[in-house]
Amino acid sequence: MFDFKFLKKSTSTEQKGEKDKEYAFLSAVLSIIVGLLVAVLLLFVLEFAAAESDFSKPLLGIQKYFTYTFTSSTTFTKIFYNAAPLMLTGLAVGFAFKAGLFNIGATGQYTFGAFFAIVAAILWQAPWWAALLLSIVAGALWGVIPGLFKAFFNINEVITSIMLNWAGLYLANLLFYNLPQMHTVLPNRSDSLRSVNPKAILPDFGLNQIFNTSYINIGIIIAILVAILIYIVLEKTVFGYEIKACGSNRNASLYAGIKTKSTIIYTMLISGGLAGLAGGVVYLAGTVEFTVQSNLLAMGFNGIPVALLAYSNPLSIIATSIFIGFLESSGSGLQGLYSYEMTSVILSVIIYFSAFALIVGHFIKKTLKRKRDKESILEEENLIVDQNDNEIKQSEDEQLDEKGVVK
Amino acid sequence: MENYIIEMNNIRKEFPGVVANDDVTLKLKKGEIHALLGENGAGKSTLMSILFGLYIPDKGEIRKNGEVVNIKNPNDANDLGIGMVHQHFKLVEVFTVLENIILGAEPTNLGFLTTKETRQKVIELSEKFNLKVDIDAKIEDISVGMQQRVEILKMLYRENEILIFDEPTAVLTPQEIDELMKIMRVLIKEGKSILFISHKLNEIMAVSDTVTVLRKGKGIGTVNVKNTNVNQLSEMMVGRKIKGVEKGKSKVSDEIILEVKNLVIPSKLHKNNAVNNVSFDVKAGEILCIAGIEGNGQSELVYGLTGLEKITSGQVNLLGNDITHKSIRERNLTGMSHIPEDRHKFGLVLDFKLKYNLTLKKYFQEGFQNHGFINEEMIKNHANRLIKTYDIRSGRGANTIARSMSGGNQQKAIIAREIDCDSMLLVAVQPTRGLDVGAIENIHKTLVEERNKNKAVLLISLELEEVLDISDRILVMYNGRIVAELDPDKTTYQEIGLYMVGAKIQDKYKVVEAENNV
Repeated sequence: MFDFKFLKKSTSTEQKGEKDKEYAFLSAVLSIIVGLLVAVLLLFVLEFAAAESDFSKPLLGIQKYFTYTFTSSTTFTKIFYNAAPLMLTGLAVGFAFKAGLFNIGATGQYTFGAFFAIVAAILWQAPWWAALLLSIVAGALWGVIPGLFKAFFNINEVITSIMLNWAGLYLANLLFYNLPQMHTVLPNRSDSLRSVNPKAILPDFGLNQIFNTSYINIGIIIAILVAILIYIVLEKTVFGYEIKACGSNRNASLYAGIKTKSTIIYTMLISGGLAGLAGGVVYLAGTVEFTVQSNLLAMGFNGIPVALLAYSNPLSIIATSIFIGFLESSGSGLQGLYSYEMTSVILSVIIYFSAFALIVGHFIKKTLKRKRDKESILEEENLIVDQNDNEIKQSEDEQLDEKGVVK
Repeated sequence: MENYIIEMNNIRKEFPGVVANDDVTLKLKKGEIHALLGENGAGKSTLMSILFGLYIPDKGEIRKNGEVVNIKNPNDANDLGIGMVHQHFKLVEVFTVLENIILGAEPTNLGFLTTKETRQKVIELSEKFNLKVDIDAKIEDISVGMQQRVEILKMLYRENEILIFDEPTAVLTPQEIDELMKIMRVLIKEGKSILFISHKLNEIMAVSDTVTVLRKGKGIGTVNVKNTNVNQLSEMMVGRKIKGVEKGKSKVSDEIILEVKNLVIPSKLHKNNAVNNVSFDVKAGEILCIAGIEGNGQSELVYGLTGLEKITSGQVNLLGNDITHKSIRERNLTGMSHIPEDRHKFGLVLDFKLKYNLTLKKYFQEGFQNHGFINEEMIKNHANRLIKTYDIRSGRGANTIARSMSGGNQQKAIIAREIDCDSMLLVAVQPTRGLDVGAIENIHKTLVEERNKNKAVLLISLELEEVLDISDRILVMYNGRIVAELDPDKTTYQEIGLYMVGAKIQDKYKVVEAENNV
């Protein structure tokens, strides 16, 4: 389901690198399987505790978990509908990681981007692309603030961005309440884009009608293009070189004459812009409305496991976000069987175990190496044994011959 | 059959791309100081790490008192009485000396620390072996020499009898080195056996009984120190005869390359200024050396000149341009190269490939980049050219990760990059620190060549030998001030030493001081 070809493509031609990637792939698959097994185990244990135990239920659940996404075009397209914002927030976090920064404020930037996309769409009647652009600008502005504090006062970006998460959330709520034009129908919910400004909805080229769903839009294409763009920036440009140098050794970068302060600021600007774009992609899909939130939105935080699973490699982020998008979409398959909370638990168990991929990868590598070493030793021994056998046989033959001669 | 406390027989250890130890045999007698000599990357540290249980050998055996032992990790080594002082100390900076000594072997009573008896034991040990330490001071507050004594006490506290010293003198001042040698002799007298890794020949001659020489992972031989001399050892180590660098006559021109006027730089450690009203020039075609004991303002002076730190007041002119408030890149482009003191902190991005490290100061120039895109081909060719010219050795050539290279080759890479910038001024801060004879010779040669190309070299060094060998003019720095200007041909170790410790100040510099006080 998840496309690992990208992983392979990004590898260098060196043999060793290839092998490492193979281990990475193997360990990822293995971790996912282990995660699934643990999830099944959990379901079984719960069944024990239940009043009327029905042990076919967990198996049915897992079966549904995997087949559900393929039962309708809606559930299938939802994979990519979920993956697009995950990819963008994953890129936001991963990009900052490359510069040695931990942008935990992605959720605030996401909220801000989402809010301003909706403002542009409803209040200013902007077309979808203009609303998306505004979401980038809004997210970037919210992201650059921790960057400025980090660059000029060396204040840890984690602290400032956590505070700005809440500030962003409440500022968006406050502005929302004070813009009654945006919520004429319900007090807490923005008006539907379909009724107010259909041209602000992300285009789907009529595919939604053909497939009878509402979850297809160009969001996923935008996200993939952005991921490729970020990859090119990081790997092929001078700016990317400076970002990685800063992330790897800030002192040496300073020594080399790199303007580390502006690199930090630009990185946070771009990171925030990516998270803001994610907000725009979600709220301009025409499937959800902006509502007053009392808690931080999870989407911004979900970018963290996406980036971690992909080792912050932009191309791998495409794969990991689609994978998590798939898990989220199939979670709905358990509805009716299990509560919403239970599906969340299964989802997190699988993600949790995927994060062990690194350790598992190391383990596989070690075991394979030991096995290979043993094999080579065994082979050597076998050779010796074979030779001995031959010699013994030969001598036996000779003896026989002699005996024969004697006979 | 002699009695060996430790025998390492036919040890082989391979790392990806390199054979670090190839059939090496080392035999340590009880109660001797056995030196392990070799260039950087010769496999000394690997061999000792094997003995200490950090690596498992691919082949070979280790015997203690004639019995084969299996050392799988440092705990096994500790159980066998093997202790090690690493080149970079393994101490917890915010803990006290005592806390560090008992760390990992804490005496407890019902889960509570009981330090009373331990304290007594540590004090006794420090008196017995003449190891002066301030038992309640925090590690971050004590000198490097004392930190080393703490490491030694750690081994003694654990009742180790085989002590490994990994390049113990690399971080010490001359006085501290003398002190350490005395300590080592006391340790031997008390029945300990010492393995001493070094590439400083005179130290080995002074303190050790036996020397085993390694070269490129192979054991070259073991000799008794009494029956050998420095020349023979250096030949064994490098594989060829070492000649001193022919400094030759310098053709100092009148052209001033670097002009420093009344420079004042604040200290990060204390409230006083680290550099206090320093003025000097460096002319084209000379190697000007700033000598002094570590911590007298040399590092800060360099940070100020190169732009890594802001200065309080004063002026710096490079080739007639005022660069006092210019950015680091502008300084580099005006004509300043810098071999930094700390090659891991400043000199290299350790997780980058060698080729990217070699272009750290050029990547932004036209050709290495086109319209913001990096030109990989050009970077690779540039790297390969420098690797060839400067003989930088590494496992996978231009694609080697800098972290995996040996210290000497890391330094070669930095020097290659800086010299290749073709700047008029080269600021070299302790360029030979921690390097072996062969590498030092090469670096000295390079510095002299640069001078002969009519460039200016500002050398900051703590090694008096180096100062006297290659400089054309010496400034001595003490307590943030310059206290003497000397001619290397007319001065002596003793005279420089007096200025270095502040016992003497030349008259012309006294005047400056008096003016300052007014």
